[in-house]
Amino acid sequence: MESAKYVSLKISKTRWRPVSHSSLQQPDIFATGSWDNEDNKVSVWSIGDPGSLGLEDGFEGDPQLICEHKHDGDVLDLQTVSVSQQWPRAHRYPCDDAPGTGVACSSPEIVTVGEDGRIIVFRADHEGVVRVIENADSSTLHAVTYLRTTEVLTVNSFGQLKLWDLRQQNNSPSQVLSLSGDRVPLYCVDRHPNQQHIVATGGQDGMLCVWDVRQGSMPFSLMEAHSAEMWEVHFHPTNPDHLFTCSEDGSLLHWETASPSERPSFLQGGGSSSMTSRSAMAPAGGNQSIMSAWLCGDPSKSRLETTHMLPSQTLSVNSLDVLGQCLVCGTDGEAIFVNRQVPV
Amino acid sequence: MEEVDVNPTVTNIPAIRHGKHMGFAWGPEDILVYETQFKASGPSLSGPGGSFIHKVRKDEDIHSPILRKLFNESHHIFVGLQTIKEDVPSKSKKPQFVSISRNYRSVIRACMEELQQVAVSTKDTEMATQYGNQVSILLAIELIWNLCEVLFIDAAPAGSLLLHLLDWVRLHNADADEKAKDVLQSDSPAEHHHYWDVVVSYVLQGRLEEARQMLAKQATRQPASRNMYKLMDGLLSKMPFYNPGGTQTLTEFDVKWRNWHEEVDRYLKDNSFSSNYHLELICKILVGDEDALLEQKELLSTWYHFLITRLLYCHPTVKPIELHYYAQSCLTMFLDSRSVQEPLDSILLAAFEFDIYLVIKDCSIVLNNWWFVAHLTDLLDHCKLLHSHNLNFGSNMREFLLIEYASGLFTHHSLWQCAVDYFDHCPELGRACLELQIERVPLDTERKALKVLRICEDRQMSEQVRSICKIMAMRALRNNRLGSALSWSIRAKDAAFATLISERFLQDYCTKGTFSDLDLIDNLGPAMLLSDRLTFLGKYREFHKLYGEKRFKEAAKLLLSLMTAKIAPRSFWMTLLTDALPLLEQKEVIFSADQTYELMYCLEELTSSLDTAAPGADSPMQEQDVEQTKVELLRLSLARNLAMAIVKEGTVDT
Repeated sequence: MESAKYVSLKISKTRWRPVSHSSLQQPDIFATGSWDNEDNKVSVWSIGDPGSLGLEDGFEGDPQLICEHKHDGDVLDLQTVSVSQQWPRAHRYPCDDAPGTGVACSSPEIVTVGEDGRIIVFRADHEGVVRVIENADSSTLHAVTYLRTTEVLTVNSFGQLKLWDLRQQNNSPSQVLSLSGDRVPLYCVDRHPNQQHIVATGGQDGMLCVWDVRQGSMPFSLMEAHSAEMWEVHFHPTNPDHLFTCSEDGSLLHWETASPSERPSFLQGGGSSSMTSRSAMAPAGGNQSIMSAWLCGDPSKSRLETTHMLPSQTLSVNSLDVLGQCLVCGTDGEAIFVNRQVPV
Repeated sequence: MEEVDVNPTVTNIPAIRHGKHMGFAWGPEDILVYETQFKASGPSLSGPGGSFIHKVRKDEDIHSPILRKLFNESHHIFVGLQTIKEDVPSKSKKPQFVSISRNYRSVIRACMEELQQVAVSTKDTEMATQYGNQVSILLAIELIWNLCEVLFIDAAPAGSLLLHLLDWVRLHNADADEKAKDVLQSDSPAEHHHYWDVVVSYVLQGRLEEARQMLAKQATRQPASRNMYKLMDGLLSKMPFYNPGGTQTLTEFDVKWRNWHEEVDRYLKDNSFSSNYHLELICKILVGDEDALLEQKELLSTWYHFLITRLLYCHPTVKPIELHYYAQSCLTMFLDSRSVQEPLDSILLAAFEFDIYLVIKDCSIVLNNWWFVAHLTDLLDHCKLLHSHNLNFGSNMREFLLIEYASGLFTHHSLWQCAVDYFDHCPELGRACLELQIERVPLDTERKALKVLRICEDRQMSEQVRSICKIMAMRALRNNRLGSALSWSIRAKDAAFATLISERFLQDYCTKGTFSDLDLIDNLGPAMLLSDRLTFLGKYREFHKLYGEKRFKEAAKLLLSLMTAKIAPRSFWMTLLTDALPLLEQKEVIFSADQTYELMYCLEELTSSLDTAAPGADSPMQEQDVEQTKVELLRLSLARNLAMAIVKEGTVDT
């Protein structure tokens, strides 16, 4: 289990430094961004290598601060890029600076969105702004993620997911998806690592929605997750049957879905009977496509298991990141939790 | 007990020029100070004054990054404490309370150690002194807390009481261990100049096993005095210590102890140790000789150490209520005429007297931060040790202290979130205070506003929700972010504001001819029903969509219903009727006869109201002409449509 490391700064974002897939190493360096402080910082931390110290299961050394860097304003999103540049005042209002709320990278392109409803595209090696989609949204854009290399997905305060094709020059989304009921603001979005049409979102009411972007404009399934705003949702990058969400109510949930059958999904090919009995809607590609457990309409049938990952209720968990077997999260209680034995 | 009277400290404001008068205003936890032009005598100066406002803060601790960890961790413990169930009787909860008290103390210790490390490693002398000060304050706090835990929370009876007090003293006297380390690490420990200091310290602290081990080293060096050392060793090993878990009663222990005491006394009087000064001294200490103890002032270093040692060797079965007699006398004996009684001493004395209120009161005065008293009082309250001690304004002491502490936290740009939980657990005044404070949290980003809103919504503070949403919506409106503004007013269910925003949209439409933010209006969903104007906006846009899709009949029906159901504001009717024109002019009859009658009725209503309204002398003649033409065109179209409709409806298909 984890213990908290108190860092005297409210943490708004935590991200692991990516580890190359070939090295079967567990990640050991992560970055955190703070918010709501007079001097905000982006700090880089390292947790020691557990193997060399021969520590017992579950107990790990405290994260040690490697370096930190001052940051003007709250850190609202964090991504690792190999080159860093500064693009000041990219997001702005007519009379004020507007906070940027989300960042997505697909090297070398960087896309940011902000409270001013703009989508801005940068390149890591380019000094100026590459492209601006003005007035992409009349409300605040809260998060952005890459769907394919040329397409991004944004979520806004009106509960809409908008798909943007960056190759096209017109400033309108190629697709808009939303819930038909109450327009609940969405705050986070993440794409399934292998199946690019599956997207999960979380919003103000703490519901976890899983969408299939290819079909319909409605979410595939809605699950009650948290009792307050969900701040981040992440599919596990290498084991996508696992999903993690964190929320304002101070909990971090680990969702585990069992595949519809015991055999691994890539062997399922033509076996339609086991799949159609589970889903309320037939998948678009018929039973030839590989079904993901997430697209089962009835959660009770797809054996979704949820576990709380934090030992006790804390103040809001603002951010989490998971890589390999390691999970790191940051809270408003100015604490960082690191768990190196995530059962995935 | 007299109030602790200290001279107020003087703080220089560096940027205000010498000789100038300062103006000031009180803030919640600080003072705002500025330079003025006022002159006590003579004419006021002219010319530019200082252009800065200075903020003078009393409590620096909140802003120290290391102490922040203290605030956060203790907040976590506090919340955990509040959730302990009330139905279980307090007796069985005692171990829980003791462990919570230990948690608090370990948090203090951790902070202290970190501060100590930083104090040692920093090169800045001013910072080093500041850290040093903080460390000593934390030391004192932990000392007091520990004593309170022993006396009030653990409330050990006679017998165990002394054992706990011994632990307390040992914990706060690290000198002995440091010296011991030095001595043991030297080549010949028995010859080290601190050797006897260490042995005597061990005896003073009742650590007789360790004393015996140290003495053994000396014994081997002096084979001639072997017998003496053996005797001393025997005495030390035979000293009885009360075992709370054992079967021995207190009286039995007392008897045993007295026997041992007499034996030691006998040996002392026999001059068995007279040849060795140190051993004789140890013997005197074991007997509890006050003068011998007082001679060891340096090793004891504090009066409470003296007190505990004296109790150990004179009255090990001391009862809690007897403590304060000994405490007072020890204090007087220990302090000679030169040293003065410090605030810490008075607080500890008050604790020994079991005067909880005095302890809390003195601590509040001495410390510059409510953290300690608030948490300690809360814990003691949970242990049901505080009778409700009503203050002037009716709330009890615990609540008062918690509110003071939380209010202080609220002024911090970051720690305000912790403060919310404290207010939650103050049943009488907490909510009112929270309502006042939460509105004043500066909202820089939407995310912060969302968190503040969540806090308010969870506690059903609808006033505050509305006010915060209004602030955010106004800000969005100012930046021309109509969609954001609308989403804020939907959250607050603020119909008036939604109406305002819809008006803006409609105005935009009238000036530009097209709708902005179509993605918003097209997808209003149930939010449309929030305000009439908003509904109209949604429906009007729907009309345009239907028209664009060439679903004229439905468009016409919708248009008519907008007017007849009075959803459309009167000012907009002209526009709507003008929109109806192309529908009327279509080759195919779209409006039925009934519908045309209704349209005509609306037109009449509109024109009659326009007529009765004072014919604007200010509206230029051209406008009136345009209006007139429009109305005439409409009348013509309506008449033509009516004719065609009647004919069409009258026709029977054969």
